[in-house]
Amino acid sequence: MKMTKTLTAIALGAAILTGAGAAQASGSGPKAPSKDWSFNGIFGTYDRAALQRGFQVFRNVCASCHSLDLIAFRNLEALGYSEDEVKAIAANYEVQDGPNEEGDMFTRPATPADRWPAPFPNAKAAAASNGGAAPPDLSLIAKARGSGGDSAIRVSMLQPSGFPLGADYLHALLTGYEETAPADFALPEGKYYNHYFPGHAISMAPPLYEDAVEYEDGTKATTDQLASDVSTFLAWASEPELEHRKNLGIKVILFLIVLTAMLYALKRRIWSDLH
Amino acid sequence: MSGTSNFQSNSRVVNWIEHRLPVFSFLDSQLHQYPTPKNLNYFWNFGSLAGIVLVIMIVSGITLAMHYTPHVDMAFGSVERIMRDVNSGWLIRYIHMNGASMFFIVVYIHIFRGMYYGSYKAPREILWMIGIFILLAMMATAFMGYVLPWGQMSFWGATVITNLFSAIPLVGEWIVQLLWGGFVVDNPTLNRFFSLHYLLPFVIVGLVFLHLWALHMHHSNNPTGVEIKDEKQDTIPFHPYYTIKDLYGLGIMLIFFAFFIFFAPNYFGHPDNYIMANSLVTPPHIVPEWYFLPFYAILRAFTSDYWVYQVMSLGGWLMTAKLAGVIAMFASILVLLFLPWLDRSRVRSSKYRPMNRFFFWVFVLDCIILGWVGGQAPEGALVLIGQISTFWYFFHIIIIVPLISVLERPKPLPDSIAASVTQAAE
Amino acid sequence: MSETANHAGQPTSGGAEIDDQTRRDFLIWSTVAVGAAGTAIAVWPFVDQMNPAADTLALASTEVDISQIAVGQSITVIWRGKPVFIRHRTPEEIAEAEAVPLSDLPDPQSDDARVQKPEWLIMVGVCTHLGCIPLGQKQGDAKGDFGGWFCPCHGSHYDTSGRIRKGPAPSNLPVPSYEFTSDTSVLIG
Repeated sequence: MKMTKTLTAIALGAAILTGAGAAQASGSGPKAPSKDWSFNGIFGTYDRAALQRGFQVFRNVCASCHSLDLIAFRNLEALGYSEDEVKAIAANYEVQDGPNEEGDMFTRPATPADRWPAPFPNAKAAAASNGGAAPPDLSLIAKARGSGGDSAIRVSMLQPSGFPLGADYLHALLTGYEETAPADFALPEGKYYNHYFPGHAISMAPPLYEDAVEYEDGTKATTDQLASDVSTFLAWASEPELEHRKNLGIKVILFLIVLTAMLYALKRRIWSDLH
Repeated sequence: MSGTSNFQSNSRVVNWIEHRLPVFSFLDSQLHQYPTPKNLNYFWNFGSLAGIVLVIMIVSGITLAMHYTPHVDMAFGSVERIMRDVNSGWLIRYIHMNGASMFFIVVYIHIFRGMYYGSYKAPREILWMIGIFILLAMMATAFMGYVLPWGQMSFWGATVITNLFSAIPLVGEWIVQLLWGGFVVDNPTLNRFFSLHYLLPFVIVGLVFLHLWALHMHHSNNPTGVEIKDEKQDTIPFHPYYTIKDLYGLGIMLIFFAFFIFFAPNYFGHPDNYIMANSLVTPPHIVPEWYFLPFYAILRAFTSDYWVYQVMSLGGWLMTAKLAGVIAMFASILVLLFLPWLDRSRVRSSKYRPMNRFFFWVFVLDCIILGWVGGQAPEGALVLIGQISTFWYFFHIIIIVPLISVLERPKPLPDSIAASVTQAAE
Repeated sequence: MSETANHAGQPTSGGAEIDDQTRRDFLIWSTVAVGAAGTAIAVWPFVDQMNPAADTLALASTEVDISQIAVGQSITVIWRGKPVFIRHRTPEEIAEAEAVPLSDLPDPQSDDARVQKPEWLIMVGVCTHLGCIPLGQKQGDAKGDFGGWFCPCHGSHYDTSGRIRKGPAPSNLPVPSYEFTSDTSVLIG
């Protein structure tokens, strides 16, 4: 009797959790295929080489249209760059400062403390230069399109069916363009057909193609590789704390298991003298 | 309050304090010697768990408030600053975010326990009612808290739910403008939600104090529903038996909580809330947080294609489907206040009430279905399922519970708590 | 026969209870110790979050290019929210500063204790009296009676080493920690 009640409770809990997750359905379009990212799972970490390549793709391809407002140059040390390398990267970019003594705004080379400079001064300018659709900021795009860097429960029954892993969606999108739309699909003027974009008609032209970027570390720059690396970089940009979080999580849960076991033993001891 | 305290101390300091403010004998009688039924199962852990989660939410909330800016231009950025720059900011934010879900999980189980074991019955009616008010305060707090990050769901959820008040006849529009402080959800709204979100948890603390005071008047219910007859036989002192049991339960809950914080921190959330609020772009599916989904389903169950509304509408300004939905949504919680009087059974615990037990589980299933419906787009068969589930929710509480309480033949009760424990041991 | 009881005050048999008691005590104390350690570690982030955040720390040091500052010229930079005076001193100013006897100074401090390279005077430009910003950075500014800086709020005079000479200010203009990262740049803080 007690056992059935406990089991019912657990089953209910599972049902509620599946309900909670599955309740939030995503938009139309096929589900992005799951990739084996290095930051997946309980022991996930970011591949530094992939991060640096992804950063190269971002600055050479994406940064001309997309802002990365929440990332400061000093954050790039997490990619494996030294303090001096970060200073050198920052110095390549101009940021606005001021007003000066005359009351004018001026530009100066960026320092590590500065945030990534946006390609457009405001959202309206961004939209005007891009056919009416402003390219979204990419600082949180992996968490805004899916479940960030967490797939620890992806393969269990508790997986929310609606949301892909953010990086899976990004990679699928970047490699999911079709030259021509299917015959029965009316593609509006100025848009491109993409398998994974909700509604299939995306304003962004396919940004990646073979050898679009020449990797500093010599890796072959296939479209898939470019997409994979920039998705890793964007996953990091959304969740720079991921490695620390998972690492701390293991320690915390192990500690709690030990403490709870001790509490249980103590509980049994204290209650044992009742009967 | 009961609970004998023969508190004595040899310490002069203790006695000096005790003479002026009897904290020590108070703690001794209410937390140490306090007689508690000896047969409580683990479903009785959830009250203390709720209290602890409340403390966690207040501590994490106050520390977050040290870094948060409640202005439409800075709110989203200040939250991201917490996530990226503030020391352990991401940890505190995820604790607060997932703590809200933990709070509702724990409280919903606590409420279902009360319903199953008849804990709402005399003499605990006021205890139960205070609990419902705590639930209402929690829901208001959570609703406003979700607006603060100023993401797309924050903004649009606030817009949809505050718009509901416009359904109130005559004064509806004025009330909505009063709530908004303007003509749309905007900075005045955000600022006042922050103020109220900071305030309400302390109102909850006050209600919890009243809740515990009411509890201590007649002590806890127990799985048999039979009242304490003989303190020596039926009860054990709260410390050390239930202090250690509560601590063990806390350990289990923290493991569960920690899993979400560290390995699935955005499981209960919605990705759209990582997009800054944009009043010109509506998300394809506006959904509230999971703990509101059953009530959202009840709200949406009232569609306008029923002749009832046309008849009752008196020219369209009195009763509309929208208003019916709003009334039903609030009624779904308020009707619980009357449970002690709707249930007329002399027997408290569903352990001895097979019919009530059966329908209780049907009710739980109904709540789960309502939650699932609330998260889906209201299309096709889902509309009818939502309506049937809504109907059943009220039918259960208003019709089934009273009927069963009168018609059912309950199983024989044990003579006492002590007797039930000895019987179980055999 | 020793009388033992359980926590509810009900009598139980003695004997083997004594060993059990020791084991239970150990379990209690070890659990308390582990619990207390865990609680302390759990509390730390809530205290640490009040420490300066990463973006604040990023601005904790400022690197300044001093290659463009001519002899006899001063610039003001912001460091940790406060103005810092950087002066490229003339030989006359240096000689004047070094010649002052310590007994003349309300806050005795020799000039070479205040500079790393004598031609570069770097100090926080906040008057030590009540916090105004002294004049003397620009050509044509009042420099006070000692050729350095003059605080217009209550009339404190600082010399060519930024030391208080006359007026209500109690101490010399503070010198922050700094380091010459090269001949043309200095890192403050």
